[in-house]
Amino acid sequence: MNFIVGAFKPPCIVSISFADGRTRKQVPLKKENGHTVMVPLFQSQENIVGEVLIEPIHGKKLEHTGVKIELLGQIELYFDRGNFYDFTSLVRELDVPGELYEKKTYPFEFSTVEMPYESYNGVNVRLRYILKVTISRNYVSNIVEHQDFVVQNYTPLPSINNSIKMEVGIEDCLHIEFEYNKSKYHLKDVILGKIYFLLVRIKIKNMELEIRRRESTGSGPNTYVETETLAKFELMDGGPVRGESIPVRLFLSPYELTPTYRNINNKFSVKYYLNLVLVDEEDRRYFKQQEITVYRLET
Amino acid sequence: MIANGAEDEEKWLAAGIAGLQQNAFYMHRALDSNNLRDALKYSAQMLSELRTSKLSPHKYYELYMRAFDELRKLEMFFKEETRRGCSVIDLYELVQHAGNILPRLYLLCTVGSVYIKSKEAPAKDVLKDLVEMCRGIQHPVRGLFLRSYLSQVSRDKLPDIGSEYEGDADTVVDAVEFVLQNFTEMNKLWVRMQYQGPAREKEKREKERSELRDLVGKNLHVLGQIEGVDLDMYKDSVLPRVLEQVVNCKDELAQFYLMDCIIQVFPDEYHLQTLDVLLGACPQLQPSVDIKTVLSQLMERLANYAASSSEVLPEFLQVEAFSKLSNAIGKVIEAQPDMPIMGVVTLYSSLLKFTLHVHPDRLDYADQVLGACVKKLSGKGKIEDNKATKQIVALLSAPLEKYNDIVTALKLSNYPRVMEFLDNATNKVMATVIIQSIMKNRTQISTIDKVEALFELIKGLIKDLDGTFDDEIDEDDFKEEQNSVARLIQMLYNDDLEEMFKIISTVRKHILTGGSKRLIFTVPPLVFSSLKLVRQLQGQEENPFGDEESTTPKKIFQLLNQTIEALSNVPAPELALRLYLQCAEAANDCELEPVAYEFFTQAYILYEEEISDSKAQVTAIHLIIGTLQRMQVFGVENRDTLTHKATGYSAKLLKKPDQCRAVYACSHLFWVCDQENLKDGERVLICLKRALRIANAAQQMSSATRGSTGSVTLFVEILNKYLYFFEKGNAQITSSSIQSLIELITTEMQSDSTTPDPATNAFFASTLRYIQFQKQKGGAVGEKYEPIKA
Repeated sequence: MNFIVGAFKPPCIVSISFADGRTRKQVPLKKENGHTVMVPLFQSQENIVGEVLIEPIHGKKLEHTGVKIELLGQIELYFDRGNFYDFTSLVRELDVPGELYEKKTYPFEFSTVEMPYESYNGVNVRLRYILKVTISRNYVSNIVEHQDFVVQNYTPLPSINNSIKMEVGIEDCLHIEFEYNKSKYHLKDVILGKIYFLLVRIKIKNMELEIRRRESTGSGPNTYVETETLAKFELMDGGPVRGESIPVRLFLSPYELTPTYRNINNKFSVKYYLNLVLVDEEDRRYFKQQEITVYRLET
Repeated sequence: MIANGAEDEEKWLAAGIAGLQQNAFYMHRALDSNNLRDALKYSAQMLSELRTSKLSPHKYYELYMRAFDELRKLEMFFKEETRRGCSVIDLYELVQHAGNILPRLYLLCTVGSVYIKSKEAPAKDVLKDLVEMCRGIQHPVRGLFLRSYLSQVSRDKLPDIGSEYEGDADTVVDAVEFVLQNFTEMNKLWVRMQYQGPAREKEKREKERSELRDLVGKNLHVLGQIEGVDLDMYKDSVLPRVLEQVVNCKDELAQFYLMDCIIQVFPDEYHLQTLDVLLGACPQLQPSVDIKTVLSQLMERLANYAASSSEVLPEFLQVEAFSKLSNAIGKVIEAQPDMPIMGVVTLYSSLLKFTLHVHPDRLDYADQVLGACVKKLSGKGKIEDNKATKQIVALLSAPLEKYNDIVTALKLSNYPRVMEFLDNATNKVMATVIIQSIMKNRTQISTIDKVEALFELIKGLIKDLDGTFDDEIDEDDFKEEQNSVARLIQMLYNDDLEEMFKIISTVRKHILTGGSKRLIFTVPPLVFSSLKLVRQLQGQEENPFGDEESTTPKKIFQLLNQTIEALSNVPAPELALRLYLQCAEAANDCELEPVAYEFFTQAYILYEEEISDSKAQVTAIHLIIGTLQRMQVFGVENRDTLTHKATGYSAKLLKKPDQCRAVYACSHLFWVCDQENLKDGERVLICLKRALRIANAAQQMSSATRGSTGSVTLFVEILNKYLYFFEKGNAQITSSSIQSLIELITTEMQSDSTTPDPATNAFFASTLRYIQFQKQKGGAVGEKYEPIKA
């Protein structure tokens, strides 16, 4: 029994650790199986330094044709599951072919790694970064070990950040002017604004502000667009009269937003919209959608 | 569904309460375990019950109060949280993550309260933020309650002067600004409420709105309680801002309530100093606003303020309160052409009360008020509206009450002009009030002008006014009225006799217009008033005035004669007769023989021609005899004529006993004790004998008709006359004649045919006892009586 069990067991334990693993910030990452694990957080241009520990089980000899570690940035589109597009791929050879008798550590270092895209877990697409250790062997399958990590990139404060101001309406029925203080918001930002009612001839029941995420994947005829409403925030209860102005103050921090991704390697984009919705007493909805840019501000 | 409205509402309320309690339970659990996250979650859910639109304000209030209690606990928890190290700023943000606005804002206000207390931010910033954010609730009822909650939690945290929240950045201006803004928004919501829902439920909605008014008014109370609102601030910002809102909301209910609130909430001193502004708003209000009540309240308060201390009076003068109020009232009336007359009069009535209290010395102000009132009423004719009439009575009564002196009111030239507008019945009531005032205060009306003015005022009582029908008048009321006029005539008095005469002439002129019904009430007091004057003239030196034009008793008597003559048309002969006799007696005292004779003549003519009732005749004849007996002015001839006539009348009375009594009374006409030339014993005896004869005839007649002779009372009475003259020394009355009379009576009394009469027996017995007594006296009297045997 033992022998048989042993035959299916990997012949060694491979573990990947980071040099600054104790101090580096960890963030939760949702795995495919639904479990959430804590993984280290990096940003572009950082050095990724660590070591790989390979420990053969009870002194068994491990014969290999070489050990390497790869840093991969992958995009996985769910309609094309199983195919990964590697937009980043770096390799370090850790060992020449040979035999291992006892545990051995291999330090590795990827210096100033270019990781332009952030990790992302969307509806139809996933972008992830992994370290992949491969122990190549003849005749038998290679031994492969993954370590996920998350990349988040900070954006400097935008130099131009205009407010969004617009007058919309239905003739002789409803005229409003809305104003959001900015067009670009960071993830912990707060949207401030005002809705002015210039003309009200309908009986409004309430008004809310929605935050919607539009994830667009693929290209051409294979474009898939998925829109999610992340926030429904009631701004007004009851019907205003002409001349009223209703304040807007929406904190973004409670919502799980990502920065806006305009075009990730021609594979997908993620955009955010503010949707102002007015509901009348017959439950008719009047709305106006405005794109906002979400960015990650260094904290 | 409508029929079940109330029932459904109960169900909804019950469901709301249940939901609220359930979430409150979980919230409590979270609070107990210091679980902020759950506390926020469940409190928001709990507050979501307040999002209902199904409840009437009344029921909603019930729900709100329950939530309010729970929020107090939550506030305590937040306070503890901050003590445990949770930043209040974070809390302030955290509660704003709630997705539904109503729970979010309730939570925000609750944390806001803790925030201000923590002093981590200037109170004004927090307050400003809260009041701004509350704009998100545009639903009237929910908005009103939310803002009411805000007002409630913030009222002890305003940066008022002397408050712990006052600081460099926080001043009372901010406190005022906050309250004003909340007030403005609440009022807008409140006004808007009437447009919500179907038109057919408008009445119900207005009722509901009315129930909510105190929520709005509470803001003004808060403003009124802010220490730092001094006069300048009130004048420059608070009042203009509040009024702007009041005027602009163009809502009847709100305008009336809020104006009233302003007046009640702020100090009188402020009102006085801002009269321009406050009054300036009045004409701008909706025409249907019950402005009269508002202004009346204001004036009443100001009047009380003026009464509170004499030190404040100069302020009133300084700000020209009266003319401002007066102008404002004029403008309001112009601005509200549909205002009922009652409203107009009420306004003037209040203004009058105001000026009477504040400027009691400025009678011209009072007259101005009345004048203005007349102007506004002109062209409206008699006022039919009952309420308006009542107000006019109040208007007219005010000066009387204030001055307790009709004389002052008589100086008000517009007073009678206002009275013109009263219908006849009310006019009379008012006149009665005036008279009662005079009576109560014993006011002396002493000049002819005042008398003229007074009679102008009470003319409703003095004569028939147009359009009054006799059958409308209650007999008793009429008597009452006329009696009071009679009393009034007695109050008109002046020590100056010349003036008094003029007064009398004036009164006479007026009362003679009164018609037959009134004369019987009004002539007697006038006559007596005149006679009083006569008596005073008599007391004066000989002809004090010296010239022909001046008042003499003679002139007065001429006047009296004419006055009494007026009664002949009534007719009231018995009254006239009495008055003639009174006058005759007065003339006697003045030694005016022809005048006295004339009066007697008039009396006799009346007796002969007008008095036909036998009972009245008896009374009249006795009056004539009594008066004539006292007359000393007549010469022998005149006296004889009159005496003769009187005796003649006596003998012609219908009933024998009456004849008998009149005749023996006549005996006195021939024997006046203190006048030597009037002691005609012979004729006395003739009278008495004649009386005896008549008494005898009476008995016989009685015996013939009834079978019994009746009583001997008449004989006993005659006996007494005998004794009187006997004692007075009439030589014709002898002891023997008395003796025989006594015997006659005794015999008669013992006779079977005489009806026994205890009273007569007693009378006779005591007469005899008197004789006995006189006998025992001894001396001259005793001697005189000696021969008589009883």
